[in-house]
Amino acid sequence: MFSEGTPLSGPALHLAVELDGDGAHPAAWRRAAHAPDQLLTPRRVARVAALAENAGFTLITLDDGVLPPGAAPDAVGRIGAVERAAFVAASTSTIGIAPVVPVTYAEPFHVASQLASLDHVSAGRAGWVVTEEERPEAARAWGRPPVADAEARARESRDGVEVARALWDSWEDDAVIRSVATSRYLDRERLHYIDFTGDTYAVKGPAIVPRPPQGQLVVLGRPDRVPAARLDVALVEGRDPAAVATAAAVAGTPRVFAEVEVALDTPRDTASERVADLERHAPWRDRGRLRHIGSADQLVALLGELSRHVDGVRLHPLVIDEDLAVLSRLVLPALTERRLVARPLPGTSLRSTLGLQRPANRFAAAAPAGQEDAR
Amino acid sequence: MTRTDPLDVPRPHARLHFGVFFQGVNHWTIWSAPDSGAQIDPASFRRVAQTAERGLFDAFFLGEGLRLREVDGKIHDLDVAGRPDAITQLAALAAVTRRIGLVSTSNSTFNEPADLARRLSGLDLLSEGRAGWNVVTTDNAWTGANFRRGGYLDHADRYRRAEEFLTVARALWDGWQEGAVAGSVGAPAWSAPGAVHRVRHKGPQFDVDLAPTLPRSAQGHPVIFQAGDSGEGRDFAARNADVIFSAHGTDFDDALAFADDIRRRLRTVGRPDDDLRILPGTEIIIGATEEEAQEKKRWIRLQQVTPATALGIAGLLWNIDLSDRDADGPLPKEDPVVAENDGSFGARRIADPRAVVAEWRAKAEAHGWSLRETVIALGPQRGHVGTPSGLADKFAHFVRHGAIDGFNVTPYLIPDGLDDIVDLLVPELQERGVYRTEYTGTTLRENLGLRAPLTHRSAPDRRQAG
Repeated sequence: MFSEGTPLSGPALHLAVELDGDGAHPAAWRRAAHAPDQLLTPRRVARVAALAENAGFTLITLDDGVLPPGAAPDAVGRIGAVERAAFVAASTSTIGIAPVVPVTYAEPFHVASQLASLDHVSAGRAGWVVTEEERPEAARAWGRPPVADAEARARESRDGVEVARALWDSWEDDAVIRSVATSRYLDRERLHYIDFTGDTYAVKGPAIVPRPPQGQLVVLGRPDRVPAARLDVALVEGRDPAAVATAAAVAGTPRVFAEVEVALDTPRDTASERVADLERHAPWRDRGRLRHIGSADQLVALLGELSRHVDGVRLHPLVIDEDLAVLSRLVLPALTERRLVARPLPGTSLRSTLGLQRPANRFAAAAPAGQEDAR
Repeated sequence: MTRTDPLDVPRPHARLHFGVFFQGVNHWTIWSAPDSGAQIDPASFRRVAQTAERGLFDAFFLGEGLRLREVDGKIHDLDVAGRPDAITQLAALAAVTRRIGLVSTSNSTFNEPADLARRLSGLDLLSEGRAGWNVVTTDNAWTGANFRRGGYLDHADRYRRAEEFLTVARALWDGWQEGAVAGSVGAPAWSAPGAVHRVRHKGPQFDVDLAPTLPRSAQGHPVIFQAGDSGEGRDFAARNADVIFSAHGTDFDDALAFADDIRRRLRTVGRPDDDLRILPGTEIIIGATEEEAQEKKRWIRLQQVTPATALGIAGLLWNIDLSDRDADGPLPKEDPVVAENDGSFGARRIADPRAVVAEWRAKAEAHGWSLRETVIALGPQRGHVGTPSGLADKFAHFVRHGAIDGFNVTPYLIPDGLDDIVDLLVPELQERGVYRTEYTGTTLRENLGLRAPLTHRSAPDRRQAG
């Protein structure tokens, strides 16, 4: 089910798209094709995901955090990313889905359960974008002591990812034996206490959810904030392709995706006009990411160039309702025609689509080599 | 059985509400039969939820346990185990169902309101008003070993924390005024200025200050379920719950006594005594004839109580490892070992093991039962067995006399265990006028026939809303 393609046989570039809210610009809702009171509806959540799947994207990401996104007058509501991801998983069939889940304050045990469950409901299409809750208000919302400085936040991310990964391995794939002869449903030798002890907390295990279909979910994050050894995909930033290439070269992760913000020309307005229109209301914060404001053709050329340096790109569209349509009608078809990108195959895990091995279970070291792949 | 004259009963127009409890952990779910499906496969959840929806059930219900069960410090290996996070699974089901309620059991001890209240709101919005929360509490350090704060809560504080949790959650759910979100992209702001209220709460359990992230759902708040049976638990339910998932639904007199007790407690706190629904957990075993149903029950019990499970259950009672004994032989000769903490968690505790063992001995001797037969005969009997028409008559009697409002059905087989109930029993109930013939509402609250959330009511009913 999760047979591995060799990396060379896959497409040159994987395309992810961030689909939170109405787009990357804080005032994006003002150019949306729907009224604000339609944003938080199942119809909208499913529709946007369906458009991305039909367009041929490899992966959807869904931004999140305990604090509401944006400030007045653009303070919008946001449904939790894991809940949206699970809903999307049940209404799509091939696209990967990675919610953003910070573990600065969250319980790693709950996060591990939720993400493992997402992998089950999506039949192995789940990922996890690890971020941080940076603002002190997040501590007040959670009712926990503030994790104040950058080093402490990185520690919480490191430990949270480590705990989740250990819990995902705490059930071996074949822990459910259903041995009628001995009346045993489980083989307890194939269940493992993780006995994690970090600087600020400890977790016993095992998980309450069986091992995810992918073994381990695909974990994405910034390599300067999460140890590279704990990531499958580094999300790197740079203002131009050269800076992206430099960051990618030192990421040290199995796969590297570049963060690219896009505003595209539409039949009605140029990209510059669209940005200018929204900038009247609020500024589009500069995060040090490559930003493309222009035509679909130019974006195709840029992505072609990036494909020499990175394995994938995560696009952050200015306004989802406008830019996703252009991506779907012009950009992905052009890239597909050049065989730079390919849509995920039905029945394929996100890991397989990305050409990543299904990891052996850390607790099943005694199993003969190769057995893992046979399961 | 003669049918009751519907006009000569306390509640002539009462209707049953059914929920289905996909258990996922315990020995009542048969895993050894050839048609036992996967406990974690999303298709199993979809199949059960869609069958329940075909049968016009009110709710699909998931449990939760935050640590794998252990006996004598070893992971319990005899029963089905390994289930998904409830809210995540239910959010997926929201996409493939349309009317059935989606109820998550979630712990108020090892969660924080900002996170859990928001997750429940998200489920409520994605399902357009079909979310429910079964509030459960924990105190022990054994479960706490999986969490940042560890086992920090005194036993007496469990319900205090749950109640304070609900207070904060309700404030978050009420944080956005009705119609707060703009109805047009031309509006000056995404949400109306002043229409979103920060929640500042400082109490013994929670000290938080946050802006709620989500507007109200179609049903106002998720529907609150509660299952605690102690006096404390019942009072908590009377003050807070919309639905009680009770353990009193097998014997009519017991069910009626429980329902009367709850109605008394409701009146005491100033709520109307029809303000919550009582749905006992139950197994329903159906046969074409009474004999066939009894035969099916015998088969089911033997599948549920395997020799090893019988020894495990008896071992908990005796507090002795009996795993090397013969389940088909006589009861152990020893007296039970009475200890404060027997090292077993997540299983039912037995209040007075000596008395129970004495009763078991007496009955086993009188009937000539083996240990396994004794465990089967004297274990919890929370089920109804019969023909579709016999069961329909019985349930009509229960509901029309105010003993129950329906059942939370626990299927013994996944994923097909509801089929008989939906295909055979539901039509009989409909014929007697005690079961809906179509969904009357779109939200869980509407389908259960519940009033507005407690904090949304006008002055006379608001006394307990705080």
